Amino acid sequence: MSDGKQVGIVLVSHSAEVASSVAELARGLAGGGVSVPIAPAGGTEGGELGTSSELIAAAAASVDRGAGVAVLTDLGSAVLTVKALLAEGDELPYNTRLVDAPFVEGAVAAVVTAATGADLAAVEAAAAEAYTYRKV
Amino acid sequence: MLDADFFRRWMAATSASVDREAERLTALDSPIGDADHGSNLQRGFRAVTATLEKEAPDTPGAVLTLAGRQLISTVGGASGPLYGTLLRRTGKALGDAGEVSEAQFAEALRAGVDAVMTLGGAAPGDKTMIDALVPAVDALDEGGFAAARTAAEEGALATTPLQARKGRASYLGERSIGHQDPGATSSALLVAALAEAAGE
Repeated sequence: MSDGKQVGIVLVSHSAEVASSVAELARGLAGGGVSVPIAPAGGTEGGELGTSSELIAAAAASVDRGAGVAVLTDLGSAVLTVKALLAEGDELPYNTRLVDAPFVEGAVAAVVTAATGADLAAVEAAAAEAYTYRKV
Repeated sequence: MLDADFFRRWMAATSASVDREAERLTALDSPIGDADHGSNLQRGFRAVTATLEKEAPDTPGAVLTLAGRQLISTVGGASGPLYGTLLRRTGKALGDAGEVSEAQFAEALRAGVDAVMTLGGAAPGDKTMIDALVPAVDALDEGGFAAARTAAEEGALATTPLQARKGRASYLGERSIGHQDPGATSSALLVAALAEAAGE
């Protein structure tokens, strides 16, 4: 538990639509009305497919309530850009983590867990655990 | 000794070279990637040149650190964080000295290449930019800028028979064989621009 502050969730996708739709989906599946701060960071600033470090940094700042920020990404440059920003040191809020998780399932698990007031480590573990759920 | 002007020339020469070769880079990226490598790098290095003119950093380390940050924020594809990390780590390794020796630069560039390998998880032979950069750094240690250029070009050409093990091209499996890697090709341009900046 972290003083009632909730972990923020950032969803980074190559596509603005994917990022915002997964945010909506996760919020919906978590049970409407959850107050978890979630921000999508999808596509480039020009609205094309790609990754924008500015959109990621702005999204992370917007969901930072002091309890840490969990960042989930789709693939390729989304992963590399977040890692490069984390290596920079001062581009993302203190206690921001790239979470190794499947994008959709991980986002749902992260939001549901964050809604309980769980800390960043618990949110990260829940999202990562989504990898272990086999569909066949 | 290499001063901030040398590193500005390097970035300007890289930008000019990427401008000239953008179509070829994108063409190489079409069969095994998402056909944006040339345009992405062109946008990135043009932004680097503009920001270096505007902010006029006055040490080698500051030039490369600023260039790296600019690439991360403007490229929009995987080459942004990869080239951005290469330049930024190299710049950080150079510290705040006003001039650096070729040997100091070679050591710093090796730290930059190591950081790229850590970031992307690629090793030599994976058909990536690393296949041009590692031979270039090795040659730089022994033979200077001209030798580094030759080594990077040979490294890029040698990616053709390799099967991609990292990035978008790796999804193609054996079908990635027979194509020269776009990232290794642009890395060879970056190293060639180094020799150009040195007047070699």
